[in-house]
Formats: sequence, C-alpha cells, structure tokens
Amino acid sequence: MKPLRGFRRPTPGTQPEYLHPPYVSSRKRAPTQPLVPLPDTLSEITGPIFRKEIVAGNAFDLTRQGNGEPLGERIVVSGQVLDEDSRPVRGSLVEIWQANSAGRYLHKIDQHDAPLDPNFVGVGQTFTDGEGRYRFVTIRPGAYPWRNHPNAWRPQHIHFSLFGPAFATRLVTQMYFEGDPLLEFDPIFNSVPDTAARNSLISKFDWATTAPDIALGFRFDIILCGRNATPMEK
Amino acid sequence: MSGRTTPSQTVGPFFSIGFAWLERTDLTEGAGADKRVTIRGRVLDGDGQSVPDAVLEIWQADSDGRYGHPEDAAERMAADKFFGFGRVSVSDKGEFCFTTIKPGSVDGPDGAPQAPHLVVSVFMRGLLRRLITRIYFSGEPANQTDAVLAGVPAQRRHTLMARPNGADGETLVWDVHLQGDEETVFFEY
Repeated sequence: MKPLRGFRRPTPGTQPEYLHPPYVSSRKRAPTQPLVPLPDTLSEITGPIFRKEIVAGNAFDLTRQGNGEPLGERIVVSGQVLDEDSRPVRGSLVEIWQANSAGRYLHKIDQHDAPLDPNFVGVGQTFTDGEGRYRFVTIRPGAYPWRNHPNAWRPQHIHFSLFGPAFATRLVTQMYFEGDPLLEFDPIFNSVPDTAARNSLISKFDWATTAPDIALGFRFDIILCGRNATPMEK
Repeated sequence: MSGRTTPSQTVGPFFSIGFAWLERTDLTEGAGADKRVTIRGRVLDGDGQSVPDAVLEIWQADSDGRYGHPEDAAERMAADKFFGFGRVSVSDKGEFCFTTIKPGSVDGPDGAPQAPHLVVSVFMRGLLRRLITRIYFSGEPANQTDAVLAGVPAQRRHTLMARPNGADGETLVWDVHLQGDEETVFFEY
C-alpha cells in the first residue's frame, strides 16, 4: 500500500489571523475559541478533481461574455500555480470574479453608484495546464467604496479561488495591482502579517504576456501548500 | 527554489457571482441505492444573527468509505464514481440544506478507522481564511473511538454532531455558530 503524505501547515506570518479588528466584519465572524489541530487523514489529502468539461471553452475570456466589448482597459492575467516545492499544480480548477471597470459588481447587494456594464459579467473559470499555468483575459477592475470605515475604498482586485489536489490545498485569495495607492490603507490586504507574503498578492506588469495592440499583461503566480517530507502512518 | 503559500483573503460580499455556477446541493450522483440523508442548518454570527452570505463546501467518501481521488488506493476506488463534493450557499435567512449519503468509515491518522464524517470549508465576508470543520453523525458508536474527536474538548464535541430532526431519521440538523456559547469547533490545518 502506498504511504500517504500529508500537507505542510502554513509558514507563520503568511496567513491572516481570523480576527483582524481593522476589518470590521471579522469581529462578529472570527472564531473566539482556540482552533483544534487536525491530523492528516485521507479526508484532507483527497479532494474534488473536476472534469475539464464543466468549464466552457471561452470561460477564461471575460471580455467575450456579452453581445459586445465591455468598457475599460483590457488585460491578460496569467501565472503559474505551484506548490511550496515549486512543483506545478496541474489540471486544477481556477475561478475568478471581479468588479467591472467602474468598480461595480453584477450582484444584487452591490449598491455602489457606478454603472453596470451590459457586456461584463465579471466571472471566469479555467484549468491549469500541464505546467500549472493559467491565463485569463479580462478588464482591469475599478476601485470601489465600502463601509468598513469613513471614506474606505477597496484597491483594485480580482478574486481567485483554487482547489489544488486536495481539501488541504484549497485557497481563496485576491490579486492586486502594482502601484495602487489604496493598498496601504486596505485592512484586508494588510491583514497578512508578513510583508513579503503580503506583497506576493500584488501582480506584476509583464511584457512577455502583453498582447501587442490588444492588452497589457499582468503576472500573478500562486503557491499552494506542499507535501510533508515524511509519509504519515497508515 | 521553493516558496511560501500565497496568503488567503476573504471571499468578500459578492462571491456568489463567482461561486454560483458550481453550486451543488445534491451529492448523491453515483451513490446507487444508498439511503439518502438531508442535512440542514443555519449559520449564525457572534450576535446570534443569521449570516445571509455564507457558503459551505463539503467533501466526503462514499458509503464504503472510499474517496473518488487517486490518493485513495486504486483498488478501493468506487467504480461508479461517487463524486463527494458539494457547494452549498445559505439563503437570505442564513439557512442551508443539502442531500447526500452517510459516508462509510475512512482510515484515520493511526490506521484505525475514523467515524463517518464530512469535511467542511466555510467561506463568507468577514472570514480572511476559510473555516475548517467536520460533520459527524450523532449516536454513531464509532464516535467514541474517533481520533479527531478525541482531540476535541469533550464539552464541545456536540457542536460537530448532525442530529435527527423528527422521527424519520432522514433529516439531520447541524448549525454553524461562529461565536458564542455554542461556538462550533473549527480546526487548524
């Protein structure tokens, strides 16, 4: 029987605490009791493996979901999904969602007084390829106000959801943009204690993926937790 | 070269636009004639108020304790693929409901069988990381010897138990209390 190997726990400082008081919504929703350590079992080192057919062929291109072109700055967002040992995470589902170029989500509770774009839904999916690479074509999202504190504004961001090979590797995060002046004031971005880890959420402008005459490229690599070196007891 | 895991960030208030396409509240596909069980409950915040914008993701084994995943030994994999994944959003009233089968016993960390359970991720605005918890089945004899439950303070174990609601035994209730006296046990992974 092949030995089972669990996944590493996050390096301290790389993940936010549940309770981050500057992010007001965390106060009534973060757990108050100590978390209970969970050993590796088959339940955590397995996870859903989705069939490629569930994602439409054009779901990676958020600029082609309406009858016409959405407004805003067209961008290519791409990168590689790796584990902590730099091994590619292959064939893994990646989901994104975002505001339109005016900073408005196509969501019933988004009351921001900015226009919806009839040609932009703001939702995409794809699978990573054999090298763990993914690629989306979309519109640069706008910043938008929120009610966390007076004159609060979220920096421009795209939400990312990744599964990886196991329940243990599930990650939901946000991608930001270089040079955004709102980053230093954002309690969500700043909930990550470690500076280098926090900055790893900022995508980089990338000539290599910039499509001539079409779109600027931004690169955002993602690292999911890696395997333990030692097989667990079975 | 090696790196460190990318930080988690909240799903925010508008995640349903990105998650809706994969909503899956019926996990019984490929489950054959196994008895169906409905699990329903509510998600409540620190004021006891319903959370109208949460989503649960479920992962579970089939009724023989097999996972539809290559990490489970190939000879044990279900022939008629039981998928075992669910994505279940709460309603505007903070209520959720899904239908599945009771999983079989899966090997635990020490090789001893675990009690039947579902693993659960909880996402919502206000959570900078997902919460990880488990659903066990109230009254299951194997709960007494389950290694994960043994690590949970005895007075809090009941928060992980889905309990029968009514006489039919087909509907179980399990609530998620984010805080308070009945705070659900959440795991560190």
